[in-house]
Formats: sequence, structure tokens, C-alpha cells
Amino acid sequence: MAQATLDIPANKIWGGGTSPFGASYGKLMMWFFLLSDAFTFSTLLVALGYARHVHADSWPLVEKVFHHFPFTHAHLPLLYVGLMTFILIISSVTMVLAVDAGHTNNKKGVLFWLGLTVVGGIVFLGSQAWEWYTFIVGGDGVMKSILVDGQVKEVLVQGANLQNNEYGHTLFANFFFFITGFHGFHVFSGVVINAIVLYQASQGIYEKRGHYEMVEKAGLYWHFVDLVWVFVFTFFYLL
Amino acid sequence: MHEVQDQSLQYSHPHTRTPEESKAVRKKILLVTLLLSVITVVEILIGIYFSKTHVGPGTWTLIKWFYIILTLVKAGYIVLVFMHLGDEQKNLRTTVLLPMVLVIYLIFIALFEGEELLQYVQEFMK
Repeated sequence: MAQATLDIPANKIWGGGTSPFGASYGKLMMWFFLLSDAFTFSTLLVALGYARHVHADSWPLVEKVFHHFPFTHAHLPLLYVGLMTFILIISSVTMVLAVDAGHTNNKKGVLFWLGLTVVGGIVFLGSQAWEWYTFIVGGDGVMKSILVDGQVKEVLVQGANLQNNEYGHTLFANFFFFITGFHGFHVFSGVVINAIVLYQASQGIYEKRGHYEMVEKAGLYWHFVDLVWVFVFTFFYLL
Repeated sequence: MHEVQDQSLQYSHPHTRTPEESKAVRKKILLVTLLLSVITVVEILIGIYFSKTHVGPGTWTLIKWFYIILTLVKAGYIVLVFMHLGDEQKNLRTTVLLPMVLVIYLIFIALFEGEELLQYVQEFMK
């Protein structure tokens, strides 16, 4: 019986050696992690779509909510989110250039472009903090009948929290906090990972190794964060 | 004792490149950057000037699909060029992209269920 397994022609068995994917273990695992993370974000966005369809009558117009811009009181719908999107795209481009510099073992290039990527990530996080602040503080507020101490009362609701918000259905603020928060946490981890890789590159660790694949793997993660934002931008802000 | 080989070195890209090759790579990155920026600007302009409240439901459906197509184009360029999935082997590409088909099914059932539930609730509240 044990003989039976050996009847498979040798050329059909992968006995180690060259990877059938033509990629190293680390890169392959990064792709598989990103695939699972893509499923997580997909389910979040599909859940958002579900909530929007169920509460289509009380869902706010998103461009009526996000029309603030720092240092001005002008009514500028979508412009601030657009700016945030642009910041993330640019930091993605600097990451591509860092990975590209790594392909030619150009240490100086890696340090320069990766440094800019870290700065871009921090700027994005700062922008998001401002957006959350503006969203939570809110504007003039609206009168809503809500449950207070077991009784329904007319109360002035200003800004947003997890129970009530002045913009529309409760789930609107909940999804805003959860989706942009979860994405923001990814950006934060990305900045930390990029900073560690930047430090290691500056110490010449990758030079000693003879390749900059770690920059490539961090780059995959960073691009994924940008990719998720592209979808969040469309499905939360535009639609 | 056998020699331990660094896998990453085995599969890494060639470390020398002619100036022409470097130029071509930079040009590709620049073109994709421009494309992504232009798409984002177009999306924002549509969002500002063709608000849901200003257009009819038919036009809005059209705009919605336009947004989704633009998003998928953006996503495609990020995954295939920036993440270099386009340069990987075909079986790696399939392994990463094919499972996402399941999401299409999830979107289908969730959105139809949501719409149905809204109608049901509205009927009930009458």
C-alpha cells in the first residue's frame, strides 16, 4: 500500500527547490495575508451597502455632511476627502519609487523615498484626525426624539457619537467610525512598519543581505492600504 | 551540512539595469500616477456638480456605474502596476485574484436582501 503513493511520476511532485509561484515564502505569505484582509474590508463595505439599502429613507447625503475644509468656512463638498485620497496616492507613488530603488540595491534612493512615504502616511493620519474631529463636533445640530432614561424626549443632537448623530441614521456614523477607523488603524500600522524598514535600511541590514525584499513586502502592504481607501472613497463618500 | 540558500535572493529582480530600462520604469510609474490623479479629480468633479439631488434617478444610476468602473480601473492599476502583480507568474495572479469572485456573490445577496427588507418594512408601517 505504501508503494502506491510512489507510483506518481516524479515530475508531478513538487519536491522543494524552485517555488512553483516564482516568489519567495515571505512575499507569498504577504499576498495571502492581503487576500484575507481584502475579504475583511469587502465584508465591511458590503455590510455598509446592506445598511444603506435597508435605511435608504434615512441615510444622509454624504456630500452634505463632509463639506468642511481647514482654515475656511466655505461650503466645499468632497474636496477635503479628495485631498486625503490624493495624499495617499502620492505616498503610494513614493513607495513604488522606494521599491524600485530597492530593485537596483540603491540604498540612498530607498531611504529618500521611504522617508517621504512615512511622512505622507503621517500627513494622512493627521487629516483623518481632523475629519473625525469635525464630524464628532458637528454643526448646528437637529432636534431628534430619542430615548433618554427610558423616556422618549425631544433633544438637540449635535455632531455624532455611537448612539445618535445629527446627520441621519445612527448606522451612518457607526459605519463611518468603523470603516475609516479600521482603515486608519491599517495606515497607522503601515507607518510603523515603514518606519522600522526605514531604520533597518539606514543601518545597512538589507545591504548586508544583498537584497531589499523587505521594502517590497512593506510596499505591498502600503499599496493595499491605498487600494482599500480607493474603495472606501467610492462606496462611503461618492455613492 | 548543506548550504542554506536565501530564497528571496533566488527570486529577486536583476540588480543591474541599463539607463534605458530605468527610464522606462520611471515613465510607467509617472503615467500611472497621472492616470490615478486624473480619475480622482474626475470623480470629485462629478460628485460636486452632479449631486444625487440634482439629477434624475436614471442619470444617478448611470453615474453610480461610472463611479464603480472608475474605481475598478484605479484598483486594477494599483494592484497590477504598483503592487507588481502583473509581473508575477500567472498562477500567483490567479491565486490572489480568483477568490475575490466570492465577494461579487456576497454583494449580490446582501444588496437584494437589503432592498427587499426596506420594502417589507415600508409595507408594514403603512
